[in-house]
Amino acid sequence: MAKKMHSTPMLDELETGPWPSFVTGLKRLAKDNDMMVDLLGQLETSYKTKKGYWKGGTVSVFGYGGGIIPRFTELKDGEGKPQFPDAAEFHTLRVMPPPGMHYNTDILRKFCDTWERHASGLIAFHGQSGDIMFQGVRSDKVQDAFDEINELGFDLGGAGPAVRTSMSCVGAARCEQSCYDEAAAHRTVLNNFTDDIHRPSLPYKFKFKFSGCPNDCMNSIQRSDMAIIGTWRDNIRTDEALARKYFAKHGVNDLVNDVVSRCPTKAIQLVDASKIPAGPTISSVKVSDDKAICIENRDCVRCMHCINVMTGALAPGKDKGATILVGGKRTLKIGDLMGTVVVPFMKLETDEDREQLVDLGKRIVDFFAENALEHERVGETIERIGLVNFLEGVGLDIDPNMVSQPRMNPYVRTDGWDEEVAKIKAKKQAA
Amino acid sequence: MATATATPRRAIESGVPDNKQYLHPKLIKNYGNWKYHDRPRPGVLHHVSHSGDEVWSVRAGTQRQMDVYTIRKLCDIADKFAEGHVRFTIRSNIEFMVSEEKKVAPLIEALNKEGFPVGGTGNSVTMIAHTQGWLHCDIPGTDASGAVKALMDELHEEFIKEEMPNRVHLSTSCCEINCGGQADIAIIIQHTKPPKINHDLVANVCERPAVVARCPVAAIRPALVNGKPSLEVDEKKCICCGACYPPCPPMQINDPEFSKFAIWVGGKNSNARGKPTFMKMVASGLPNNPPRWPEVSEIVKKILYTYKADARPWERLSDWVERIGWPRFFEKTGLPFTKYLIDDWRGSRSNLNASAHIRF
Repeated sequence: MAKKMHSTPMLDELETGPWPSFVTGLKRLAKDNDMMVDLLGQLETSYKTKKGYWKGGTVSVFGYGGGIIPRFTELKDGEGKPQFPDAAEFHTLRVMPPPGMHYNTDILRKFCDTWERHASGLIAFHGQSGDIMFQGVRSDKVQDAFDEINELGFDLGGAGPAVRTSMSCVGAARCEQSCYDEAAAHRTVLNNFTDDIHRPSLPYKFKFKFSGCPNDCMNSIQRSDMAIIGTWRDNIRTDEALARKYFAKHGVNDLVNDVVSRCPTKAIQLVDASKIPAGPTISSVKVSDDKAICIENRDCVRCMHCINVMTGALAPGKDKGATILVGGKRTLKIGDLMGTVVVPFMKLETDEDREQLVDLGKRIVDFFAENALEHERVGETIERIGLVNFLEGVGLDIDPNMVSQPRMNPYVRTDGWDEEVAKIKAKKQAA
Repeated sequence: MATATATPRRAIESGVPDNKQYLHPKLIKNYGNWKYHDRPRPGVLHHVSHSGDEVWSVRAGTQRQMDVYTIRKLCDIADKFAEGHVRFTIRSNIEFMVSEEKKVAPLIEALNKEGFPVGGTGNSVTMIAHTQGWLHCDIPGTDASGAVKALMDELHEEFIKEEMPNRVHLSTSCCEINCGGQADIAIIIQHTKPPKINHDLVANVCERPAVVARCPVAAIRPALVNGKPSLEVDEKKCICCGACYPPCPPMQINDPEFSKFAIWVGGKNSNARGKPTFMKMVASGLPNNPPRWPEVSEIVKKILYTYKADARPWERLSDWVERIGWPRFFEKTGLPFTKYLIDDWRGSRSNLNASAHIRF
């Protein structure tokens, strides 16, 4: 039995209603954990005063410089003593999840046992960066708790100016849209950066995210410095049985309104089954004895919409790989930035392919480390120096897939034009 | 027994663990070989492999910040009614994989009995991506888990059904850094007053040049205040973003009264149909009113149900607004279009209408 509970009338109101209540969970923990009794006391105070009461600090485990989010209470009485002393330290361990966030019950129960023994018993699956957040541990228990989690095969994630914890989608494990082995790429890349994850020494954070297709379930374009998004180069695959099944259920109106007319580049047409155009870049499939859809794959931008609506009837091609974008982030400091294409396509099938990806990641992180200003994300660096300087810095060739449209102003010095044209010609000839 | 002088254990720098050890056997067997999926009912995904194998995934909502008793309860359900393998989605839903269709109904029943809503798939409103708030953040303007609990209580029906035009992603963020991320509808703190500076502490706590450099509008400059080195803010320039607060806690930006909520709409991460889009601010000035933030819920629901009634199948919120136009968005939702919604940040002119395209 823990000490007496504080009165929490405001938090109590969050125990009603149909959604699972975190307050009920906190209270259950508080029945035999003094830290959680006092945590509830501080949280209730925040609800009353509408103020936060945590400050950061420095806490780490032996050999690492990051991965722990230290929290010390600032809610103190007139003599400087914590009002809720048992929750005066309430640190979080950020722990990297397995790709796709897959677990079995055995490992989850072991996490619970460890965290109950050493700390608060509060675990979040997962934080916004993808970490398992083991929340609520005192400074003197951090090392013991980490050692146990580490022995279970898990490692701390990133915090501060470091390579951060990554996320990958459910991917090839359970998704038909998967265009590369997300888990293999995720592990290969991140596990080549463990030093930069555990010992923060970059200008600012650097995040990788891995999505298996352009549906981008990991939000990688907007939320990562380097996005690895699955795609394919050849024709969309088709399956007539599933196409007919879709049409039998939905009919021509849905086919036209939901599929054909929603194609962003008008690459899909509805045609008579007797007049299906043929060609090396055309995918076609009968939806009935009379009607078929055909797709001009050269016009397709791999947006995924038709494949999402007619899953299985239409599917990504077989020549799969990934598109790489760099520079996504949220507002601070210069405003929201999405990633920019820096590699339109690369294969990601073999260990050698993945080594190429690691190599590219290293070149980009090295360039970032050497050229970014303090507290500048790589997207801001690109904004400051221009994409061309960035590409030259990391050793990537330019490509028209990197722009929405060419330059719209004349403010550029072009006296190297002939030389550039000659270089492009020479490259073409060499290829 | 370890003594105080013993060398601490050196970490095994193992990095990201291999997920193969945790995958359901059917997922291992059919890795990279899935053919299609359908949804037999809300909250259930049915995947079919090229090998003919099938797997059913049952998705349930959680409170994300989970006590060990809740996690063990989910494990008990997974062991008794599923096959011991689970995963989490990016929005903190849990998924249970089973290899036989007959296991689906008892699993759903067990989850519902223990208070876990089954849903969040397809064209539903799924769980809100959110942040830490007062529970654990050092710079929060409000709480996260509580605001999410309050709103999900109200949107519970939309989680367990699939009745929206397309999927709806929501997020909440406790400051303008927006850790909650882009969403169809996002709820974000918007400060309305410049920071209040505790000049006694600045010199000891803050690296002043770094704080000056952090300001997006160059409104901060070093100053001597009461004989002490400190910082001052040009309040006419200040955009109240709070960027100075994390590197300099004595520049308190959070205010119980003047830190308001703003509502943003139309963010989309996916490349489906149009390219990804950023969300746009459509309302602000809402009070920070715990424990249930009713003013925020009211506007979110107004936007959500206007979208539900008016959008066509497969239109995400951004697609819907692109079709009907912003004037009609404000007309239909009844939200006031104020001058603060006209962008004046860098690149803003590309957000202005440079055409005669006007809907009447």
